[in-house]
Amino acid sequence: MTTDLIIFLGLGFVALATAISMLASRNAIYSALFLVMNFITVAVLYLLLNAAFIALVQVTVYAGAIMVLFLFVIMLLGAEHVEASPGLPWQGPVAVLLGLILAGEFGLLLFGREGTLAQDLQTAVEGFGSPASVGLELFRNYLIPFEITSVLLLVAMVGAIVLTRRERKESR
Amino acid sequence: MDIPHLVEWTIESIVIVVGLIAGFAYLTLFERKILARIQVRIGPNRAGPWGLLQPVADGIKLIFKEELIPNRADKLLFVLAPVITVVPALIVLAVVPLGPDMMIFGHNVTLGIAGDVNVGVLYIMAVSSIAVYGIAIAGWSSSNKYALMGGLRATAQMISYELALGLAFVGPILLANSMNLMDIVNAQRGLLGWYIWLQPLGFIIFLLAGIAEVNRDPFDMPEAEQELTAGYHAEYSGMKFALMFMAEYDKMIAVSMIAATLFLGGFWGPFVEQIPLLGPVYLLIKTIFLLFVMIWMRATLVRFRYDRLMAFGWKVLLPLALVNVVVTAVIVLVGG
Repeated sequence: MTTDLIIFLGLGFVALATAISMLASRNAIYSALFLVMNFITVAVLYLLLNAAFIALVQVTVYAGAIMVLFLFVIMLLGAEHVEASPGLPWQGPVAVLLGLILAGEFGLLLFGREGTLAQDLQTAVEGFGSPASVGLELFRNYLIPFEITSVLLLVAMVGAIVLTRRERKESR
Repeated sequence: MDIPHLVEWTIESIVIVVGLIAGFAYLTLFERKILARIQVRIGPNRAGPWGLLQPVADGIKLIFKEELIPNRADKLLFVLAPVITVVPALIVLAVVPLGPDMMIFGHNVTLGIAGDVNVGVLYIMAVSSIAVYGIAIAGWSSSNKYALMGGLRATAQMISYELALGLAFVGPILLANSMNLMDIVNAQRGLLGWYIWLQPLGFIIFLLAGIAEVNRDPFDMPEAEQELTAGYHAEYSGMKFALMFMAEYDKMIAVSMIAATLFLGGFWGPFVEQIPLLGPVYLLIKTIFLLFVMIWMRATLVRFRYDRLMAFGWKVLLPLALVNVVVTAVIVLVGG
């Protein structure tokens, strides 16, 4: 238990540090790389929770596919140095408000319902987090949401292709 | 977490890393010798008998070369990039089983670090998907337009071919009904049980996508010498250059070993059940054969044009891989 706690504290520190560095960094490439580190750290946190499948999918999809595309676009456009934009005037107060709501809810769950959370965490089913159990759960109990998600992703993909095609025609 | 296991893992990790470093050194010699034979030359034969000390000489030469860092380069990332490139190449083999279980000093020892983990194939996918960062960062941080072009090409190429590579994994997973590489190997006992017979298309797709993933001929657009002057590692010299090279050759070894594990029966061969230590030897022989095929392809084929490369990846390899997955799934479901 104590080794888990030490690992968790170390990982939590790295995750927070990389997240803050991502926001604070002036160079877009560094921001992207800090985000990659953050994703990988979160993946290790999943491993700590016995969810190897989710951890490796997190690395493959987020760190490996999505962030590579981000990096690719930043490098392709040469958009490393972003000018500090004035931003929208209402953005600041709204962000503070939303952050406060989130922190409040988090505190309520953590301290108000301490008992229930601890109870839920205690038992892990045999084979929990293995690819087979995740797959069975997805295709038995969550088949319709899964299919809807796949259709949404397909629509997004087709949409991206249609949008780039139209742009090319106009430029001719 | 007991002491004998820790010792076992430590020894195995050291063996794999040292083996990969030595493998890199001698793979360069192997490649130069074979290329020379194919092109009717003699090849390196001055340093030591049959040129066997050539890699040592190359290494010593590279250590004494000046380490240049371009003035306008991003220094931190420029220095980090070779490290980021080489680490995935060294860690990807952790899930490949190197041999069957055996008894040493009364302990049941499994050859290979984590061959028995139930997400082995996903681990390979995850590591290979982050392998692109080192090359992309190297290209960008050099602040050289050729290097940047090489980095961009490498990124685009690797994310395109990763899809076909991932789908080629699905065939053996479906047949063995497991993502555990040990299970996949154990399902292929005997020459006729090799998945290359059941998955010929999958094997070819895996090999082609794997060669593209490690940026080797005929898919070496990212470092096309004639147009990009070596691409992403144009600005690297000395040991940093050696690390970049080591990453490429170690990835070749990794791809060959994974292909041998997934499609060529892994460590199984005659008499492995009686003498477990033969397992790693068979795996090595199969790996060397696949490495020979890769070098052979380099000597035979010319480089793709960039648009052809993309068209081949997306319009030929990916649909074929999808068809392969669907057909395999239907056959496994119907045939049991």
